[in-house]
Amino acid sequence: MSQSQLANAQTSAQITLPVAAGQVGRLSQAVMAMVLGVFVVGMVGFSHIDVVHNAAHDVRHSNAFPCH
Amino acid sequence: MSTFRAIVFASVISGFVVGLLVTAVQQFGTVPLILKAEVFEKAADAHQHDAPATAQPAAAGHDHADHDHAAHDHGDHDRGAGDHDHGGAWEPRDGFERNAYTAAANVLTAIGFALLLAGFFAVRSGATGASVSWHEGLLWGLAGFAVFTLAPGLGLPPELPGVPSAPLLSRQIWWLAAVLATAGGLALIVFRRTVPAAISAVILLTLPHLIGAPDLANVETNVPSSLTHQFVTAVTVTSLVFWTMLGGLTSAVFARFDRGATL
Repeated sequence: MSQSQLANAQTSAQITLPVAAGQVGRLSQAVMAMVLGVFVVGMVGFSHIDVVHNAAHDVRHSNAFPCH
Repeated sequence: MSTFRAIVFASVISGFVVGLLVTAVQQFGTVPLILKAEVFEKAADAHQHDAPATAQPAAAGHDHADHDHAAHDHGDHDRGAGDHDHGGAWEPRDGFERNAYTAAANVLTAIGFALLLAGFFAVRSGATGASVSWHEGLLWGLAGFAVFTLAPGLGLPPELPGVPSAPLLSRQIWWLAAVLATAGGLALIVFRRTVPAAISAVILLTLPHLIGAPDLANVETNVPSSLTHQFVTAVTVTSLVFWTMLGGLTSAVFARFDRGATL
């Protein structure tokens, strides 16, 4: 490998590395948001707490979530 | 804007819009049927409990704890015939209050599902480098409809109040299993375009239904079956509207907030 090719490879490595790190950050942020979403849906649609059930009663039936 | 913030902003905005719109749709579709079924449910309760139950004030229109004693999972049933509401817990009054809570629960549900969708959009656009178009978002919405409504609805059809069913927790577990299996099956078909993946996908998609949803051996209800049928149709169509709107809108709004991050 010539000197210039080596330099090129190094440059491209330096460029791609931060992008890859950014992707990991993006993935973990997306997963965090999705966990939050599951928590919200689970609370509204599946919680066994009576008060939550009564408040969301018509929505549970309308979404065909198991109710009662 | 960070990815997380873009997802949350997009989900809150589209969840709010879709939640309110779907509340309006439900007022014409599912809610009148639920109210009708509760009349039958209360009549059955009154029959079971004789005088004390019929003496309940009309304002307690929203209770449904004591129907179906055999199948219920609610724990707190032996409170005497006079104590007739849901575990004695607070519940919204019929009319505006009840509808306000329904709207709030719809908005929260839509935000929750939008968070899931936008999370996928973020991963997807991160991998491809192009933002997810509203049309692609709509397709994701259709996938959500298949995963969260169609598949679990095959085994556990939408149910009206007053129709007895298997214990709650067992149905919730089956519902979750059907959702996970269907999501996994669809993902295999869409993202792994090989024959073995397709075969395992079909197995995954059918497995929850081969196992079968928890069901009661015999169901006795005075809710007419025509009402139940109308309800199944109303729920399924409302859900289709919900998911297509949510998929399209969430992808469009997320692409807008996320623009700074991808460019």
